[in-house]
Amino acid sequence: MAQASRTGTDVAGSIVGETAARIFADLADPQTVNRATDGAWKSALWQTLVDSGLTLAWVPEPHGGAGASLAEGFEILTVAGRFAAPVPLPETLLAGWLLAQADMSAPEGAMTVAPARPADRIALDPDGSLSGRARGVPFASEATHLAVVTQGKGGAAIALVERAAVRIERGESLAGEASDTVMFDRIRPVRVAPAPAGIDQDALMLMGAVVRSVETAGALETMLALSLRYAEERVAFERKIAKFQAVQHNLARLAGEVAAAMTAAGSAADAIASAAAFDDAVFLEGASAKIRSAEAAQEGAAIAHQVHGAIGFTREHVLHRFTLRALGWRDDFGNESHWAVELGKRVAARGADAFWPLLASR
Amino acid sequence: MATELRFDPIRLPPECEALRQEVRAFLAQEIDAGTFDPDRPGHGDSHDRAFSRRIGAKGWIGMTWPRKYGGQERSFLERYVVTEEFRIANAPVRLHFVADRQSGPVLIKYAQEHVKQDVLPRICRGELCFVIGMSEPGSGSDLFAAKTKATKVDGGWRINGSKIWTSNAHVADYMLGLFRTSPPTKENRRHGLTQFLVDMKAPGITVNPIIQMTGQHDFNEVVFDDAFIPDDHVLGEIDGAWKQATSELAYERSGPERFLETFYVLIELIRALGEAPDTRSAEGLGRLVAQAHTLRRMSVSVAGMLQAGKEPVAEASLVKDLGTAWEQKLPARVRDLAAFLEPEASNRATLEEQLAFATKVAAKLTIQGGTTEILRGIIARELGLR
Repeated sequence: MAQASRTGTDVAGSIVGETAARIFADLADPQTVNRATDGAWKSALWQTLVDSGLTLAWVPEPHGGAGASLAEGFEILTVAGRFAAPVPLPETLLAGWLLAQADMSAPEGAMTVAPARPADRIALDPDGSLSGRARGVPFASEATHLAVVTQGKGGAAIALVERAAVRIERGESLAGEASDTVMFDRIRPVRVAPAPAGIDQDALMLMGAVVRSVETAGALETMLALSLRYAEERVAFERKIAKFQAVQHNLARLAGEVAAAMTAAGSAADAIASAAAFDDAVFLEGASAKIRSAEAAQEGAAIAHQVHGAIGFTREHVLHRFTLRALGWRDDFGNESHWAVELGKRVAARGADAFWPLLASR
Repeated sequence: MATELRFDPIRLPPECEALRQEVRAFLAQEIDAGTFDPDRPGHGDSHDRAFSRRIGAKGWIGMTWPRKYGGQERSFLERYVVTEEFRIANAPVRLHFVADRQSGPVLIKYAQEHVKQDVLPRICRGELCFVIGMSEPGSGSDLFAAKTKATKVDGGWRINGSKIWTSNAHVADYMLGLFRTSPPTKENRRHGLTQFLVDMKAPGITVNPIIQMTGQHDFNEVVFDDAFIPDDHVLGEIDGAWKQATSELAYERSGPERFLETFYVLIELIRALGEAPDTRSAEGLGRLVAQAHTLRRMSVSVAGMLQAGKEPVAEASLVKDLGTAWEQKLPARVRDLAAFLEPEASNRATLEEQLAFATKVAAKLTIQGGTTEILRGIIARELGLR
């Protein structure tokens, strides 16, 4: 595998992670995808992911899913990040998770979730219709359904909506993937059910933030692997550039950013997988993961490009597949500034003497 | 050679929580009794023999070591909890900390049995201060350029030369010193150095103070004038100290002390900002909290690997590189965020005093215990680039 990573969580050890890695290596090799002139690879990849049960990993078996654990789902997402997965696998996983919270079955096909930005709100009107606008919804125009967190008189509810029922203004992410504005003009959902206690828009943002953090850590692992390999290949001034101390120190700094993102994302995923509720501790973990992984994306992408020089700035080279996605993911489900403000407020409200005990409880 | 970076989400086991509460209760009692002031990290005597003895009596020094040497055979994760709680409280632990962290483990590995029986229980009781004798006037980061000479004589070795920047030497009982027993060879410039246990009370050893820019006295110059070290105080292989150096570093480089040294200014900032900070302050605070949490999770992960018997050299170096860079920047970030605070904030004076001290201390954080440049070289080597 070209982008075999030099870093690792437990992904290689688990069957689910191995399956995901094998499928992506076979059908979504970044080099092959990058060179492809049509989208033929995409349907083959998606169908294989569906057949293997990965797309509905977080949907319980009685609801038509694979019933994998949260931890296993996060392994899939790490692999997806390492390959810069160019399909709505994370979004479909997230939608399946959201529907399962309200005990709803997941339909077949690609899904995404809305809202994807903390400030957007979708209202559940008394007649059962939905209104509102959600911006920056990843892959909305390529999905067949959306799982939506909506706010009604009785509190938060979760709705399953057909893509065909909403109006979409197409937009794109930094990596050129669909990132659309979705208009809910008093549309009828397929189904709607009250959300259980603790599952609301904030919970979706936090879960989405951790999903993006995990993907970002995976993409950073590959940026490091690509940069190390390039530094060993490229010769300048009659030496491999890996032999120059300035380049070595840049790569060490990149490794530091990768390590920080891996740790923050891995810890947050573990926290969510083993938490009973989205409490202050899970909030600390999730918010920290999004903030730190976004900062790592910023620093890490810059170093990876610096090491690669001009070739890394070409469309032909695969590096941009990882750097632009990681940079784009910073804006999904709350950017790092949003999470920093929320985290700062929460820490301040708890008071100075409660801060260390909170950190130490993790 | 390629390495796999690993930072598994290690959680502290339940026994750590009970221990943490025990440590906090002990520290609260000591603060009440006036042993130290947790709000004034730069003040007071940081070498408190009586306090170290009380910590020893609790079983919190050498706590991972074998019972036959006075240890408690507890886990690295339990030691981790004790270390971080003492650090957060700004408790004076300089007297025993080096012995606990690195000198003791080296002795356990390389000292003769009767030396271990003699020295280790005294460390555990909080009676001994150890110092690290590595840097010399002509060799700092370049450890293997050390020139201070150990010459073989009847029954032992005679030492001549000097060590420098030796923290705590003016109160120390023992040094673990690196001395030249042979010249380096053409094939291996690291050859020819040997590690010794040095009794600091031995004749021929003079300690000259060096005052630091903070006004504190930690540094010293240690001059050896024909000082005698008996044969049984050689540690490990003669001329082969370079083989013994690496595993020590993982312990030294990844602990909570590698990112918590200026942490008190962050706690004091939270106090000064109050319950409802403005957006600018909240964002700045949130980013610092995210960094602190991430660094602690990295550091705990390395402690977990050490507990599992691994040697996470790259991971430990990454923790120190990121951790020290962060704790160095922290006073500057806190200063920025405190810029518009009301002058009457109740803890303003404490915050300003702490900031002044932390700002002065900051410069050394990326130098001590392996500079940033040396660490990045090690990381690069572990990534397969050398």
